[in-house]
Amino acid sequence: MYKLLLSWRYLRTRYIALASIVSVTLGVATLVVVNSVMSGFAHEMHARLHGILSDIVVESYETAGMPDATWHMEKIRSIVGADLEAITAVVHVPAMVNIPVPNGRSVTRPINLVGVDEKTYAQVCEFSPHLLHPENRKQLSFLLRSGGYAPGRTAFPPSGWQHRRNRVRIERDIQRHLQPSAAAESKAGQELADADTQRKIERSADFDPLSVALPQSSPQLPGSGRFDQPLGQKNDDVVRDDVPAVQLADSQVSDPFGNVPVNSNGAVFDPVKHQHTGVVLGIAIASTRHRDADGQVRDYYYCLPGDDVQITFPNASQKPTAVFDWFTVVDMYESQMSEYDSTFAFVPLRKLQEMRGMFDPEQGIYGVSSIQLKVREGANLNAIRDKLREQFPATTYPYSIQTWRDLQGPLLAAVQLETTILNILLFLIIAVAGFGILATFFMIVVEKTRDIGILKALGAPSGGVMSIFLNYGFALGVVGAIAGMALGLVFVTYINEIAGFVETLTGREVFDPTVYYFQQIPVITDVATMLWVVCGAVLIAVLASVLPALRAARLHPVEALRHE
Amino acid sequence: MSSMPVGYEPLIASARQSSSQLTAFTGQTDEQQMPARPYLLAAQNVTKSYQKGRLQIPVLKGVNFGVEPGEFVSIIGQSGSGKSTLLHLLGMLDVPDEGEICLGLERMDNVSAKRRDRFRNEQVGMIFQFYHLLPELTTRENVLAPLMISQGVFSYLKHRRRNRERADQLLEVVGLSHRLTHRPHELSGGEMQRTAVARALITRPQMLLADEPTGNLDSENSAEILQILKDLNRDEQLTIVMVTHDRDIAKEAGRTVCLREGLVDEVGHGNL
Ligand SMILES: Nc1ncnc2c1ncn2[C@@H]1O[C@H](COP(=O)(O)OP(=O)(O)OP(=O)(O)O)[C@@H](O)[C@H]1O
Ligand SMILES: [Mg+2]
Repeated sequence: MYKLLLSWRYLRTRYIALASIVSVTLGVATLVVVNSVMSGFAHEMHARLHGILSDIVVESYETAGMPDATWHMEKIRSIVGADLEAITAVVHVPAMVNIPVPNGRSVTRPINLVGVDEKTYAQVCEFSPHLLHPENRKQLSFLLRSGGYAPGRTAFPPSGWQHRRNRVRIERDIQRHLQPSAAAESKAGQELADADTQRKIERSADFDPLSVALPQSSPQLPGSGRFDQPLGQKNDDVVRDDVPAVQLADSQVSDPFGNVPVNSNGAVFDPVKHQHTGVVLGIAIASTRHRDADGQVRDYYYCLPGDDVQITFPNASQKPTAVFDWFTVVDMYESQMSEYDSTFAFVPLRKLQEMRGMFDPEQGIYGVSSIQLKVREGANLNAIRDKLREQFPATTYPYSIQTWRDLQGPLLAAVQLETTILNILLFLIIAVAGFGILATFFMIVVEKTRDIGILKALGAPSGGVMSIFLNYGFALGVVGAIAGMALGLVFVTYINEIAGFVETLTGREVFDPTVYYFQQIPVITDVATMLWVVCGAVLIAVLASVLPALRAARLHPVEALRHE
Repeated sequence: MSSMPVGYEPLIASARQSSSQLTAFTGQTDEQQMPARPYLLAAQNVTKSYQKGRLQIPVLKGVNFGVEPGEFVSIIGQSGSGKSTLLHLLGMLDVPDEGEICLGLERMDNVSAKRRDRFRNEQVGMIFQFYHLLPELTTRENVLAPLMISQGVFSYLKHRRRNRERADQLLEVVGLSHRLTHRPHELSGGEMQRTAVARALITRPQMLLADEPTGNLDSENSAEILQILKDLNRDEQLTIVMVTHDRDIAKEAGRTVCLREGLVDEVGHGNL
């Protein structure tokens, strides 16, 4: 009884000990926060990686890929059996995209061009949710939509057919103004075009860093008076209306700047009515993210759904040569994994196969570079992978067969390692706090020496005296750990608000969205982890009080009574 | 304080060996005869020395001392003569270098720590020169401390009401009913010493060992404390060993023993 009473009284009267427990509290709070954020990140990453990658990828190292996709898919189907949920064939090839920007120059980006089957690709991996157009999220189509991209995102400029038509009109307008002879044909749309032009200019001025040249090139446009002054200097660039590359294209020929385009079958290609083959561009390929003068994060789009881009890549022949064509951006891909968003571009599988020459006209079979599988939830990925490896032995087939974990193994392992190391470090911090408790407790035992003597003189056994201090340490540990957990959970709950507050305080962004594709800091609080942390902290507090408690128990009653 | 309130009787244990069975031997040390008539508590040929660096300071050099049941003995001696040391040995707070400490016929200096703890808790009440109250506890809780030690949480909570009544009763005996919830630092020296007396009596011990119970008090407080002890001895036949350096106070006891140069030097019966 006296043990509890005295531990309680010591707890209430010795605030210095509570100060020593603050370090435990802070340690626990940090552990809670770090674990929540780390597992939030890890979970987010897992989900995204898994979503973007399919469960199992069978990839061919050959230039021309697997010669017969249908045969391979049938064979894989029979090997995997009932576990198979979906399967799709993919061609991917390193490529280069040229995005024309208004002053006649172009932005070039290296990309990873993926030819996908629009019907099955979205079944295999999480592709559709990362698209901007709601209809494309339901069913991907490589046909340009009239509008309505990225609903709910105010900063996203209007795109689609409407944007395409407006742009073409503006371009034609510009040409008419610069070459009056060629402008005769389209007077009917003049009024509408003027209004559109104005809108386009505003849009461009807001969002397009390279748009300055556009108003420069159209000084006579009604309502554009404010752009009058700087005219002339760059006109030479803008007037340049020939795009030499056009002549090399084999199937569809077009000039985004208004040259008369001719289809391969002889029909006239009118950008107002026609589109090239569709391409879904990774959003970071088509845009750049930086800060304006106010420090706000802004996205600038080099091109939008409705614009045309030129893509160049090697063909699959024995002597690879570069092939290229114009594509119309029909949507954008935003997985929020910067690595993917800045490299992936998707085009229809058949088009890519044809352009690369992966088509055998005699037998009517198509080659693919990889086959991706989705298997039943809960199926053993490694077992299926091993079975596939057995059936496609490396001696015969130059294939790599990997699960999504294999593909992202190093990254996942790195995150795991980071979490482990952080946990160890933070527990060391709590251990340091434990030494603080040890020191404080020794002080308290010294201070209480006479009381310990009194208790012993009154017949308290050594074990009882010891348990006073163990109880005390336990109570301090519990108080500290619970307070720490509460603090940590509050921090985690309001972590985004806190990050915002720190931003306003320091003027620096905690999680820079130009680096991380996170709008919010992801957190996951795992109850088991919290319990572990609390138990660990309490244990450390108790362990730290063992030595002082032993010392108290060993005190000689007479010596203790003499102590002053 | 001179008159004991009615109902005081049950406060002190009646489970004492009847004094007819125990006859004290008459003073002079005669080791062959000793075990025949055991004291209630006795020290036989006890030596105790303290180590001070390489130097050994002998404090007790073969003390023979016994107290009969119901006796009121005072121990006097110069400062540093070893009175407190002897009392600590008798109270099982320390063990002698040589010799024996006996409770009745039971030798106590070499039994388990548990047995000695129980002896201190239940059979003896100690009053210290410097009060030695626990500063975190109130007056009442200090008085209850020995019961809290002997009883577990559950039995203490079960008997809480009875324990508290008894504590309040004892505090009334020592005249502290108005200071129940004070902390020791809010009490005067006399009040603290009376609290210590109440605490020593809470477990209904057989004997009381008091180390200079009046040492730091003014004459009026001293007289009151002394009166309480005398009343307890007279009305309850409580065995009391009282250490003092004041011959006048020592005279109040039934018998006086003098410690000199580590030996029990002089024995008087009431008259020095
Ligand atoms: N722990 C110790 N270490 C060394 N010497 C000690 C120790 N305890 C007591 N002594 C010595 O033993 C002697 C006896 O001490 P004790 O406390 O018994 O004296 P006392 O008779 O009670 O004196 P007082 O009347 O002043 O209380 C003293 O000389 C003291 O210096
Ligand atoms: Mg003394």
